[in-house]
Amino acid sequence: MSILQTIETGLRSLLGHRLRSVLTTLGILFGVAAVIATVGIGQASSDSVTARITSLGTNLLTVSPGSTVFGGVFGGGASANSLTMRDVAGLSDRQNAPDISAVAPVSQGRVSLVSTSSNWSTTLSGSTPDWLIANARSMSSGTFITSADVSTSAQVIVLGATTASNLGAGVGDLITVKQIPFQVIGILASTGSQGFGNQDDLAVVPLTTAQDELIGGVGTVQRILLSATSSANLGTAYAEANQILLQTHGITNPSQADFSITSQTQVLSTAQAVTQTLTILLASVAAISLLVGGIGVMNIMLVSVTERTSEIGLRKALGATPGDLFRQFVIEAGALTAVGGLLGVATGLAAGYIVPRTANIAVTITPAPIAIAVAVAVVVGLVFGVYPALRAARLAPIEALRAQ
Amino acid sequence: MSVGVAPEQEPLIRLESISKLYGSGDAQVAALRNFSLRVAQGELLAVMGPSGSGKSTLMNILGCLDSPTSGRYWFAGEDVSRLSETQLAHVRNRRIGFVFQQFQLLPKLSAWRNVELPLLYRNASDRRSLAVHALETVGLGNRIEHRPTQLSGGQQQRVAIARALVTDPDLILADEPTGNLDTAASREVLAVLRDLNQGGRTVIVITHDPEVAPIARRTVHVRDGQLVQQKAA
Ligand SMILES: Nc1ncnc2c1ncn2[C@@H]1O[C@H](COP(=O)(O)OP(=O)(O)OP(=O)(O)O)[C@@H](O)[C@H]1O
Ligand SMILES: [Mg+2]
Repeated sequence: MSILQTIETGLRSLLGHRLRSVLTTLGILFGVAAVIATVGIGQASSDSVTARITSLGTNLLTVSPGSTVFGGVFGGGASANSLTMRDVAGLSDRQNAPDISAVAPVSQGRVSLVSTSSNWSTTLSGSTPDWLIANARSMSSGTFITSADVSTSAQVIVLGATTASNLGAGVGDLITVKQIPFQVIGILASTGSQGFGNQDDLAVVPLTTAQDELIGGVGTVQRILLSATSSANLGTAYAEANQILLQTHGITNPSQADFSITSQTQVLSTAQAVTQTLTILLASVAAISLLVGGIGVMNIMLVSVTERTSEIGLRKALGATPGDLFRQFVIEAGALTAVGGLLGVATGLAAGYIVPRTANIAVTITPAPIAIAVAVAVVVGLVFGVYPALRAARLAPIEALRAQ
Repeated sequence: MSVGVAPEQEPLIRLESISKLYGSGDAQVAALRNFSLRVAQGELLAVMGPSGSGKSTLMNILGCLDSPTSGRYWFAGEDVSRLSETQLAHVRNRRIGFVFQQFQLLPKLSAWRNVELPLLYRNASDRRSLAVHALETVGLGNRIEHRPTQLSGGQQQRVAIARALVTDPDLILADEPTGNLDTAASREVLAVLRDLNQGGRTVIVITHDPEVAPIARRTVHVRDGQLVQQKAA
């Protein structure tokens, strides 16, 4: 039989068994699409957590009050006022802390900002010029808070990109916070982060201004951000900060420290471990859906070949050679898996386009899962479409014909 | 082969001591025992015998659809047991037309597509016209697009005959072609087979039908897997 003739025979037979063909195609389609979508979601969440944490600055150490674990009891935020400006002064001493390049005390609160055109509630931080360095941020326009602003409790404010656009405010505009007018002196460059913990939705004022007029807590700070001179020096910077704070707090036993120092690398590695687990979980779900799809395809193929054993016998009786039958079944199974695989990829890509726009779930499509899913589908389809057919084709024609 | 074959020349079919065993141990059945038979080119042979005597087994071996447990089968001078799967497929395709007792038509295909099937395996170019011509030969020129389910039993059997003759084979084997048909339909089918034989083909028919015997030149009787009697017409 000529190859063109074989293709025509194979396709005609698929059209003749429409339901069977559609079911097989659907099995492959959903298996492939599920793998692409689930791995895409896992990839996207892993990427976004990593990006968000690296955008926080990798040289960053954060000193928080309390939060010590002592004798199995978590200290919590009990001693909330344990960090003071004395600590800030101590940490800023380059003699004792040569590996710390920036010290930024932060007092934070949620406030409502009012511009001439709208209002917007956001996270307001009172801090010092070092905030910019510690957070590894830069300005897109205007200037950041200066030491002079801090010492004079100036009524100036720096806005994140999202905050500025929501307020419709630019450099030089006046906005009010708790009825106090502030002049916008700068807009921060965007980090591109989104959603919860958006690094572009914030406002910064001089620490003294925040303590005196907006958040309160004169003399104490909620957190101190430290920047190591380089990420390689993060360890020594940590040790120096720990030593200085133990000293200023008069604590001799380090396990009784009333403060804690965390680094972004710790957070990053924890988060990466979490997202890796998440990715493995999603990949297992995908692998299971591929397996289920594969078993579905296998079943339909096996049933259809068994069903068609007498057809195989008849074709043999009429002169089909083993090669003719092999080629016909390869073409049938190949066409089904190709169509199912392509539609599956299309569905997966469509899900990757639609899901982020409707369900607010990010999806990152990468080539590897597409290739693996399609390869598995094709192999399963071909093996279970062709192998049983070949076995049937090896029977004497009359035995195959009798099988019902 | 030329017309006017001398009797001592190689016959189209030569069976020598064919046996066919089914199953094993106590359940073993000898469907054919030590069966020898010669059929010359151009004969019309009727095979008769009681149910279970081994007629279909004989026909399947003659049609190269099954292989004997022992004994030799020469078809047109060739030892069939020496042929490969592919060569056997070619013999079945080019030289033998088989009419099954149960029609064996593919239900999804129209009459002419069913008749076309053997032509697919020999790269014929004008398949549709050959198939239509074969259907006209059996009187079904007006049913070419019908599915088997849309045809009567006799019409289905004639589609099966058209499929057997479309390749212009040397040998037509018909296993109880009239078994499922009423008298009128049987006559039509037998007439077609006789015409084919008169056109020069060798035809072997299994039958219970005493009406077949008169049209056959020779009738063989099978009992318990053995040849019991040969009667020349
Ligand atoms: N596939 C098989 N497996 C086991 N035994 C078989 C098989 N085919 C046939 N037989 C046995 O071989 C014997 C001959 O069977 P066969 O079909 O040749 O009979 P038959 O003469 O065609 O009968 P009928 O006129 O009823 O069609 C029977 O006893 C039958 O039981
Ligand atoms: Mg029989």
